[in-house]
Amino acid sequence: MAKVLVVTSGKGGVGKTTSTAAIGAALAKDGKNVVVVDFDVGLRNLDLVMGAERRVVYDLINVVQGDAKLPQALIRDKRVDTLCLLPASQTRDKDALTEEGVSQVMNELREKFDWVICDSPAGIERGATLAMRHADVAIVVTNPEVSSVRDSDRIIGLLDAKTARAEKGERIDKHLLLTRYDPARAERGEMLKTEDVLEILSIPLLGIIPESEEVLKASNLGSPVTISNPLSGPARAYADAAKRLSGETVLLTIPTDRRSLLGRLFMRRAA
Amino acid sequence: MNLLNLFSKRKSAPVARERLQILLAHERTIAGGSDLVAVLREEILAVLKKHVSVDSDKVQVKMERGKAVSTLAVDIEIPTPTEPLSKLERPKVAAAAAAAG
Repeated sequence: MAKVLVVTSGKGGVGKTTSTAAIGAALAKDGKNVVVVDFDVGLRNLDLVMGAERRVVYDLINVVQGDAKLPQALIRDKRVDTLCLLPASQTRDKDALTEEGVSQVMNELREKFDWVICDSPAGIERGATLAMRHADVAIVVTNPEVSSVRDSDRIIGLLDAKTARAEKGERIDKHLLLTRYDPARAERGEMLKTEDVLEILSIPLLGIIPESEEVLKASNLGSPVTISNPLSGPARAYADAAKRLSGETVLLTIPTDRRSLLGRLFMRRAA
Repeated sequence: MNLLNLFSKRKSAPVARERLQILLAHERTIAGGSDLVAVLREEILAVLKKHVSVDSDKVQVKMERGKAVSTLAVDIEIPTPTEPLSKLERPKVAAAAAAAG
């Protein structure tokens, strides 16, 4: 049965789009049929991070308003063929998204895919609530930093109040994804520890993504980090998180970018 | 003082953690809207106000969500009459003292 997953955070710039692309690609590489949907109308970026910015013809709003059929708007990834992108509109306003329209598109996507991953815009306004509306599962992306944790707490409250599942009295699965984590700084007492964030937010942990140069490199190239450099620390952390979403039990570690001296020289030249 | 700071080396993460815990305990009571904690806070405050004058900011109701049990903590700060009192409280306490005398 298809699952709708929302990647949300409240605060901007914590890694929602990066995480959507990386987890979407990881699930697709595991053989699942995946679509990543950009809900950030007016400020779309998932297309850019996925490297599909020049292939966008129709978008979510065209489909919602009936100007295009869903298959016309879907962009199939060139590297992983079980991965699709449904881009947001760059020119339109978020008010062009109607609740019924979104609901209809979501139902159609549920029939075609195993995973429908919705990349939420920042904030707690309409765009964010529409993105979480039909979710069965939520990933709350949080940085170990006070403002991000506070906003995540707010978003968790919204997930429990404003989603279709919550309104029906059903549970929505919420997972914490801690991004930009630096174990050394946390150990020195300069950064909130995983346990601190978990204790404050009290939702289960899906994974810890280490702070890494590889994330920026991947977005420079327009490729999810799990595709561009699958052996890097963040890629392995995202791949493990994707496995946990599929119900597998994977030992939680914080993978680092370990490279031999030779490998490092080689990578430099390649990049 | 500076030298002392240098040696004690106060870590910033525990400060962040403490600030967040206090802030979120407060914000959850507001954002919760119709939830139990908010209702409890209002009613506790109403009962208290009948007998003592308390600042509404000084009443904190916290719900710690746990897996098996949740705990409810009520923290009320009542001004001691010996301390300098605010204008509002003065007449009441003066009256009480007169009655006691």
